[in-house]
Amino acid sequence: MAQTLFEKVWRQHEVIAETADTPAVLYIDLHLIHEVTTPQAFQVLRERALPVRRPERTLATLDHSTPTRTEQVFGGVRVALAGAAHQVQELERNCASFGVELLAMASRERGIVHVIGPELGATQPGKTIVCGDSHTSTHGALGALAFGIGTTEVGHVLATQCLLQRKPRTLAIEVSGQLGEGVTAKDLILAIIGRIGIDGGTGHVIEYRGEAIGSLDMDGRMTVCNMSIEAGARAGMIAPDETTFSYLRGRPRAPQGAAWERALEAWRQLPSDPGARFDREVSLEAQAVEPMITYGTHPGMVIPITGSVPEHTEDPAFARALDYMGIEPGTALRDRPVNVVFLGSCTNSRLSDLRAAARVLRGRKLAPGVRMLVVPGSQQVKAAAEAEGLHRVFIEAGADWRESGCSMCIGMNGDTVARGEYCVSTSNRNFEGRQGAGARTLLASPLTAAAAAVRGRITDPRELLS
Amino acid sequence: MSEPIRQVRSRTLVMPASNIDTDQIIPARFLTTTTREGLGEHLFTDWRYAPDGSPRAEFVLNRVDPRAHRILVAGRNFGCGSSREHAPWALLDYGFRAVISTEIADIFRNNALKNGLLPVVVDEPTCRWLIDNPGVEISIDLERTQLTLAEGREVPFPIEPFARYCLLNGIDELGFLLSRARHIEAYERTRDGGG
Repeated sequence: MAQTLFEKVWRQHEVIAETADTPAVLYIDLHLIHEVTTPQAFQVLRERALPVRRPERTLATLDHSTPTRTEQVFGGVRVALAGAAHQVQELERNCASFGVELLAMASRERGIVHVIGPELGATQPGKTIVCGDSHTSTHGALGALAFGIGTTEVGHVLATQCLLQRKPRTLAIEVSGQLGEGVTAKDLILAIIGRIGIDGGTGHVIEYRGEAIGSLDMDGRMTVCNMSIEAGARAGMIAPDETTFSYLRGRPRAPQGAAWERALEAWRQLPSDPGARFDREVSLEAQAVEPMITYGTHPGMVIPITGSVPEHTEDPAFARALDYMGIEPGTALRDRPVNVVFLGSCTNSRLSDLRAAARVLRGRKLAPGVRMLVVPGSQQVKAAAEAEGLHRVFIEAGADWRESGCSMCIGMNGDTVARGEYCVSTSNRNFEGRQGAGARTLLASPLTAAAAAVRGRITDPRELLS
Repeated sequence: MSEPIRQVRSRTLVMPASNIDTDQIIPARFLTTTTREGLGEHLFTDWRYAPDGSPRAEFVLNRVDPRAHRILVAGRNFGCGSSREHAPWALLDYGFRAVISTEIADIFRNNALKNGLLPVVVDEPTCRWLIDNPGVEISIDLERTQLTLAEGREVPFPIEPFARYCLLNGIDELGFLLSRARHIEAYERTRDGGG
């Protein structure tokens, strides 16, 4: 029978298939861990005197609560927040005692967990990948089945390399045609979330397909899959193709030599078979997508940058959200002043994101009064950006150029937006208080963020791209 | 092993907002903890307290005795967003034992089940009735997977059968997975051998 990409990967990882009474025991190929969602899981292993079953299938990094100031990362200066410092020490101690590889604070391979997995070649088509972080869906861009789990489940994977899982349903999102100039993968996924809603994917694994998806580079595909969770989906996946294979070839943790050829042969079998059935299907046209920006307090409250905030919606939280944002119903967002611009996060902190923003910022300055933070997704992204001089573009424009980490997406390390300030952010969540108590977040693409930084007002980036 | 759970009987506390995300339940600045305890203090903190730290009188948690309300009724898509298990930990630490909504986000629901916080999904009319009647005493019977409303009306709710079995019997899922070690070893032999 014709199978979907998801079904193939799922079946290959069933240690025990599900029954009416019991969920499947699903094998996990790669377990990514970080400092915030693991201390209590390691504690359970200690209490029960259990080892990590497959330490070599486990990879740790530091990202969520780590500082981004160079002197705090590499110097003798104390980490800004004591609680965060303690968490970092806990992960160092746990990795040492359980034999797990840690990309430590000063490692050249450290970075945001969802940036480094693909970058190192550890993320591969057909793998099952989990992490105690909802944006684990990112890794599906390479044709992996990747999803976020809680800390109890982190403990299950550490101890058994397996999870108890019910098989989710499938949702195909077909995107025909090509995105226009100045319209990016971020705009596409925001448009998709606006269309299906922030719970439109609940209980489902999404497969993104169609011409527009196939035309995206790997960074763009990761941006799309990253925000699957913002539509409530369990995971997002894209069939591996030549773009995927050429991205992975030669990466340090990808298969090499004869093993590469064998892997390639297996990966070519993964795409959904012709005629494979999905539980639901949605389609949209890429040409119709414009640069998108959020106006409210969840990612589904989103409009084209040329448009206006609705007068009203069926969402009972609409009025409260607009009150929090200090935005009137029915008004345009264009030309509204902004205070802060954040370029970073597991959604948009890869080299092509930095290049896109630099394209707008080159030879320009930040508007007076605007603060901009540029936080590369990994130390490798940082080094690559510096090798081509992108850091000089940001610094000369007046932005802060930082070390890698989650930073102002989640604000756990002290990189926050002040109460009442407006921040155009390339991150993934505009929830109340996400970037700091009282902070007002407007999610957008790196191009739109850079345009806002230059003008000091919300700006259609296409005006600055000629 | 944990304490078996068969029934939760309590008055309801109602938060009608839809899409209550885990950043509201427990903001990220409280995630630097390395234990599971004590998070109830920070539950819904930015809705409970003004910037100067004073309680916001209009917020429901500041208007009722929390110890008398162990069932939270919320609008659609409760628990969306981050995978932080700190969200159910905070709700439990505060005193809640169940959440009722028309829809509960996937990761939150999984995390809740693993900690003995019952995620109860009901139809729209039932949820509407509960929202319109805050503070009513109801009971959630896990064994019969039924909700009994104040006037005796019974409403069935779906729950994953294995999670229900574990909760009713105080069985922890890690113990179950560990007991399947032989299957896992057999699987690893076939996989690791073939690359």
